[in-house]
Amino acid sequence: MAESFLLSFQLNGEPVEVAAPPHYTLLEVLRYKLDLIGSKQGCDKGDCGACTVQIDRRPVLSCITLGVHVQGREVVTVEGLTRPGMHPLHDCFDKWVAAQCGFCTPGILMAAEAYLSAVGRKVTRGEVAEALASNLCRCTGYTKIVDAIVEASELMAAEDEGKDDHRRAGNPSKTS
Amino acid sequence: MGDFKKKSDGRDEAAESHWQLGKAHRKVDAVDRMRGIARYTDDIKLPGLLHGKIKRSPHPHARIVAIDVGKAEAMEGVHAVVTGRDFPVPYGVIPWTPDENALCVDKVCFVGDGVAAVAAIDEDTAIAACDAIEVEYELLPAYFDPEAALAPDAVQINPYAKKGNLSKHVKLEFGPVDQALEEADIVIKDDYFFEGTTHTAIEPHCAVANVETSGVLTVWSATQVSHYLHRELAKVLGMPAHRIRVIQPPLGGAFGGKSEPFDLEFCVAKLALMTGRPVKILYTREEVFYSHRGRHPMKMHYKTGFRRDGTITGVAAETIIDGGAYSSFGLVTTYYSGQLLTAPYVFPTYRFDSRRAYTNKPACGPKRGHGSVQPRFAIECQLDKAAVQLGMDPIELRRRNNLGADGVTVNEMKVGSNGFLECLERVEAASGWQDRRAELPYGRGLGIAGSTYISGTNYCVYPNEMPQAAVQITLDRSGRARVFSGANDIGQGSNTMLAVIASEELGLDLSDIRVLSADSDLCPIDLGAYSSRITLMVGNACLEAARGLRDKICASVARRWSIPAKRVTLTGRKALDMEDPERQISLTEAFVMAESDHGLLTAVGNYDTPKDRHGSYRGGTIGASPAYSFTAHVAEVEVDAETGIVTVTNVWVAHDCGKALSPRIVEGQMEGSVYMGFAEAIMEQHIVDAEHNGVHTGPSLLDYRIPTFQDTPDIHSLIVEHPDAQGPYGAKEAGEGPLHPIIPAISNAIYDAVGVRMNATPFSPPRVLDALESRRTLEADGAIAPHKDHPLAVPEVA
Repeated sequence: MAESFLLSFQLNGEPVEVAAPPHYTLLEVLRYKLDLIGSKQGCDKGDCGACTVQIDRRPVLSCITLGVHVQGREVVTVEGLTRPGMHPLHDCFDKWVAAQCGFCTPGILMAAEAYLSAVGRKVTRGEVAEALASNLCRCTGYTKIVDAIVEASELMAAEDEGKDDHRRAGNPSKTS
Repeated sequence: MGDFKKKSDGRDEAAESHWQLGKAHRKVDAVDRMRGIARYTDDIKLPGLLHGKIKRSPHPHARIVAIDVGKAEAMEGVHAVVTGRDFPVPYGVIPWTPDENALCVDKVCFVGDGVAAVAAIDEDTAIAACDAIEVEYELLPAYFDPEAALAPDAVQINPYAKKGNLSKHVKLEFGPVDQALEEADIVIKDDYFFEGTTHTAIEPHCAVANVETSGVLTVWSATQVSHYLHRELAKVLGMPAHRIRVIQPPLGGAFGGKSEPFDLEFCVAKLALMTGRPVKILYTREEVFYSHRGRHPMKMHYKTGFRRDGTITGVAAETIIDGGAYSSFGLVTTYYSGQLLTAPYVFPTYRFDSRRAYTNKPACGPKRGHGSVQPRFAIECQLDKAAVQLGMDPIELRRRNNLGADGVTVNEMKVGSNGFLECLERVEAASGWQDRRAELPYGRGLGIAGSTYISGTNYCVYPNEMPQAAVQITLDRSGRARVFSGANDIGQGSNTMLAVIASEELGLDLSDIRVLSADSDLCPIDLGAYSSRITLMVGNACLEAARGLRDKICASVARRWSIPAKRVTLTGRKALDMEDPERQISLTEAFVMAESDHGLLTAVGNYDTPKDRHGSYRGGTIGASPAYSFTAHVAEVEVDAETGIVTVTNVWVAHDCGKALSPRIVEGQMEGSVYMGFAEAIMEQHIVDAEHNGVHTGPSLLDYRIPTFQDTPDIHSLIVEHPDAQGPYGAKEAGEGPLHPIIPAISNAIYDAVGVRMNATPFSPPRVLDALESRRTLEADGAIAPHKDHPLAVPEVA
């Protein structure tokens, strides 16, 4: 195996340093080196979206992103969505039973969070379907996931209005 | 509609009088999954974990002349190598057909068959070691078509087959069907083809094994049938079952694709026993496609007789089933291809003749709606064709053939509750069928179809006298309860179902209950998540256990209040006197009273199926269920006659689940079923390329294609509740039945839209264009009139 290199980046709001082989994908770095198991491997070739994380607030497929790519950047995984109480997305997914087996859910949450944060308003069902089209779910027929994301968009927009400067816990952009 | 309204109101009242039943629950185990905390099988890490890989055959059919593992064994970082010689005992999930080995012994039967496995310090080393294993093959002729495989001179594929390449043949006849067809006013004859499809759960198969110092072998696996895995591990490894522990961690989807043992489970176990270190194997997505065990391709020829009033006189079906290389559940599949068709419509006479053939392809098995989705496609298209020929509304034709509640089918299955007519009514009303269907222009259409499905099977896959399900519940002075069940929660929500029943009976909140499931060391044995059995069977067992505890608690409280026990009820985390509701104590106090009286508070519940509800003939037990669900769908489509692209815009699905214990979870099952069936109708096909040595045509999610958020139609779920005496609170299944009607409903809607029949899945643009071209020729010849007054234009030819 090739010699490991030292990777430094912001992970869920905290600085991390980790040694990993240079061919490791970001997903492998997260799962094998940092034991962050929330990001899932469904296909390992960028088809299913279960490994979706955010790099600099944009959703990316961590299974086809090399670990070296995040040197000095900000990464948020589904573990970074957790906060005291419940994140509106978690709450709405739970309420609508939008996670059946839950395996695709972390990736869908990270794609949805990136999308809703970027638009900052209530979204329509059609907009959700378009924004999430690269994330596959085999259990739900997507219906309840769309229900959950539409409702969460309202809650998140209201939250943002209520606190201009105080951003979500786990959001790396405000923690430094 | 009056009848339906009354029922609906009754349901709402009933819901109010229940503490938990029928409420919109949150699942008991969803949040950990959403937070990335829950450990699925691939998330398990153990000290010293080795990684395994399986070397697979590049040939569809070949004899193994020699395997040289020397180079692989000598590689640095390789700890053990196994081949088929290490697994001489054949197994099969159906005990009558043990026709596969954990790894191939003398021959390979499809591209992807496992021939050797290695355990190494990491995945890269394991892959390199697999590459270093040398296998010498002697090639044999390969068969990719079941009829070619059944030819008399074909070489036998499966080494354990008893009748050449005929895996199973079932021919059953009920009444004088030929006479009934002869005497019918019209007979619809047609050929249908249902293409194979696969499950594609997003979580790939994964297994981890570890040997304790005591010698007990633990296998964690992404399985939906822990118990059958446990049995087959004991058999193949030659170890007593009490020396093996099987645990199913949180599971990332299954749909039937994880309902039997797979090579990786035996390999991790053997490699862990050999090395003394924990071993993990995770399938690649490509391996998941090759492992398959999905929907069988079926070629079906149907003859159906009708009287002028639309009633059926008889049904005769001939079916060729493409089984792939191994039996899997194929014995059952062959029966199901005929046995599950005899409701919701009365068949006065019926014959089915189904033959399952071995072929050199990945083995087929059970996929959601096992064995009955394919014939359902055929019969529902037959009904639609009859309705057109008789000038009758296809919903009306279905009503006229309705079997009804408490009926007996032609093959002697006893049906209990039956909400099929209400299902038809609900989709008819919700889709605006009566008004909109006649108004929709050329290119748009509505189609109807119905179906039934089993809520578990009355007989286990291995004969025994023990109960089909058992649950244990314990309580203590802390005010919490623990429910122990062997049932596999595969995402369908069975853990939540058990918590709902326990909380309903004991007055606890769902969050006061921990469900411990699918660990053979901790839980009573359960047969697993298949045949839509869990809510009815395990639910009944849970209900019995919970009621046993409830009685003890109520008696202890009543004794202290000096009132009869029946006056005490447990609800809202309280025990209260129903005649004097002001008199109440917390459940924790009530539990203390009961624990003081009885010591440890525990109760078990058992459930066994009725044994008097099946046919008296050979095979008459297969397909017999305690209760049957019913479903109706209306699909709305838009067909682009220029491109052949079919867009399904809306699906209305009404499903009689008996009683929705958790309506939102039931809706999720209905939506997921519609989605999966819609995909089979429009885009999915699991096929190998006969021109290229039998390799899979696209073993990736991108190439196989499953529908995305944007592809999926708007799904409108309508829960219908006709409680069944056999189910807990009347509940029947909801996980598989709602898939069945969608494929024929879409086919029938395409006919309504553009006047062509789709008799083969998937309804892809080339097939639609071919059918339109045939219609164009007939129209040009004046043989048929334009559909919806829209003459198909004569193509411009140079």
